Amino acid sequence: MVNRAFVLKIVSALILFGAWEIAGRIPVSLAFPTFLESMSALFSMAADGTLWLAYAETLQPLVVGIAISAVLGIAIGLWVGLNDFFDWLFSPIFIVMQAAPLAALIPLLVLAYGIGLTSKVLVVCIMAMPVIVLNTAGAVRNTPESMKEMGRAYLATDLAIVLKIVIPAASPVIFAGLRLGISAGFIGAILAELKITPTGVGDIITYSRSIADYPSMYAAIFSIILLAVLFLNLLEKTETVLFKGNQRGYVSD
Amino acid sequence: MKLFGYRLPGMSSLIIWGLLWEIVGQLGLTFFVPPLSEVIVTLYEVIQTSAFQKALFETAYAFLAGVFFAIIIGIPTGILMGRTRLLDELLLPWVNVFLSAPLTALVPVLMVLFGFGMKAIIITTTLFAIWIIILNSRAGVKQINRSLVEMAHSFGASPTDAFFKIYLWAALPEILGGVRIGIIRAVKGVIIGQLLISIVGFGALFELYSANFLMGHFWAVLIVLFALAFTISEFLAYLERRVAYYAAKR
Amino acid sequence: MAMSQTKMAVAEADGVLESAVSTRNISKNYGEVEALRDLSLEFPRGQLTSLLGPSGCGKTTLLKIIAGLLEPTSGEVEVNGSKVTGPGPDRAFVFQDFALLPWASVIRNVSFGLEMRGVAKSEREAIAERYIREVGLAGFEHAYPHELSGGMRQRVGLARALSVDSQVLLMDEPFSAVDEQTRRKFQEDLLGLVQNENKTFIFVTHSIEEAVYVSDQIAILLPRPSRVSEIIRPSGFRNKGVDNIRRDPEYLDIVDEIWASLRTYVE
Repeated sequence: MVNRAFVLKIVSALILFGAWEIAGRIPVSLAFPTFLESMSALFSMAADGTLWLAYAETLQPLVVGIAISAVLGIAIGLWVGLNDFFDWLFSPIFIVMQAAPLAALIPLLVLAYGIGLTSKVLVVCIMAMPVIVLNTAGAVRNTPESMKEMGRAYLATDLAIVLKIVIPAASPVIFAGLRLGISAGFIGAILAELKITPTGVGDIITYSRSIADYPSMYAAIFSIILLAVLFLNLLEKTETVLFKGNQRGYVSD
Repeated sequence: MKLFGYRLPGMSSLIIWGLLWEIVGQLGLTFFVPPLSEVIVTLYEVIQTSAFQKALFETAYAFLAGVFFAIIIGIPTGILMGRTRLLDELLLPWVNVFLSAPLTALVPVLMVLFGFGMKAIIITTTLFAIWIIILNSRAGVKQINRSLVEMAHSFGASPTDAFFKIYLWAALPEILGGVRIGIIRAVKGVIIGQLLISIVGFGALFELYSANFLMGHFWAVLIVLFALAFTISEFLAYLERRVAYYAAKR
Repeated sequence: MAMSQTKMAVAEADGVLESAVSTRNISKNYGEVEALRDLSLEFPRGQLTSLLGPSGCGKTTLLKIIAGLLEPTSGEVEVNGSKVTGPGPDRAFVFQDFALLPWASVIRNVSFGLEMRGVAKSEREAIAERYIREVGLAGFEHAYPHELSGGMRQRVGLARALSVDSQVLLMDEPFSAVDEQTRRKFQEDLLGLVQNENKTFIFVTHSIEEAVYVSDQIAILLPRPSRVSEIIRPSGFRNKGVDNIRRDPEYLDIVDEIWASLRTYVE
């Protein structure tokens, strides 16, 4: 038993990819290539540069949208969490947005802003922002009362309480919201590329589907899921390093 | 929020936003935002059209079917993962992957595999909802208090008895929490599916409206959709709170 | 209550004690609910006064009013002759749940109060280090709260309160969240602190034994509406050494007497 968890992860990957390979060989459907075919399509796309060009395009709305959502979302969240009036005014909007299928706004965004980058960035924003705002506001509101009291008892100014107590205390939850927001942002970015105009990875998917080059289509989908998962895992690792004491830290017994 | 000593109800600020919408619409600032009053009149007309009723019916059908499969498959899978270590270790990485993966990318695959129709939309909906249901059911089973398990043993409960009389109930708050989030995700999934496979339900309706620049119709349908989604999510939150009374006391 | 009257007489014979803190006619209402009614108390300088009572008797509320964290509905608090309007540098607070910052190391937690007073980093860390050593946590300066046991966490809270060098220490059930043995050690250490530090301690507790063990003066608070029912000044066993207090007849008598007067208020 060298490292059971690691070995089992490998086994688990082998089982899934093996099942994919077998299902592709039967084949379960003409539109279901084998795992190896898809991987070789992935490598040839990476080798001739198509994949990198596609990602250069896909990442634009994604990065811009997520950057805007993160900055604006955290700022609004802090504001809403700290001030009763803004809480009353803005929270309902974001609560409704969080529950609602905002994807339905896409046709309207296309009518208003065309099929360019703006629309795609907006799609990423409306998907990513609500959860960031709500998590930030909730975390700020839930700062343990005794920590704030401690700040006041030791003569911290209101600003110092926000900067040195409320924000650090809220940051693990803010970060978790950011992670959920980015995950939703990926959904939005792909949706925009598939729905609005095929560009980037969405273009590879749409185009290879239309010419029935299924290995390339599966390869592109595989790559974008892989990218999202790797990125989010990286973020989670950063989180555990950054907040190592903070998550289990506040216990009173 | 308190005003002159009165506590304003939670969602009351939506009235202010509605007024703002009306004003922006009346000023005619943009073609894309007709006044709210106009939208509401349109809404009244729209919901009587057969196209709308058909879209609503199709969406409800795909949604309910998708949620049904997500629950029927998700809860047992989650509970099994919580009770069997090997299964847990084999499946958990993939559940986590699909929980945060951009599932929209999979819709084209579903389209080529299952056709441009209801089947693909139902599967999309299930895919959006199922992972969080699995994960929460698993977490619910995992957190069951050890002394509760020991209590079951010491009073001689059979494994089946222990499962149906103790574990299921002890994990219920988490399971319901997962179902609630899963259902909210399913609402988004069913709409995303319809947008991408835009020949059924609201997807088709949106195509029709935007091709004809029917802004009022568009907003009317959006309001109905958002209101339905919000009602579903609040209703589920209410159900969850009713179970939460003992979740806190375990 | 013949005995408590003799205590008062003894106290007065010692000479009039100067008050470091006095509360005058404090009332506190939460809407309809009366938390405190017309409460007046004197806290002698350099001594430890316990606020003892059943849960819900408003002892923590009173402590937080003295700290300036809560505002009384009416009445006023004076510390060293000046009226309290909010938290001030003359008082330091020790919290029941420790209220440590989980993301900050022990030394940053201890120096938090000094940081808020604008003391330069090197200076405040030197002071903090001294008090960390004093409470027996030397070597843990760079540990994080989650790495410490409950008792050690409260030592951090205590070091934080000592490092700001306030005249008055307010302690809100500081030992209620630590285990029995640690608690006994804390109580002994506290007696040493009262003797050496020349500070005024106000100590909230719901443990009768703890109050009698550590206090120079015990104010018994009764609920509904909250008021001071009596003031007891144990005096006979204070100088007999920490090991002898718990079998001193006077200690046992006072514990019994307090229990007799409180038992009807315990549900």
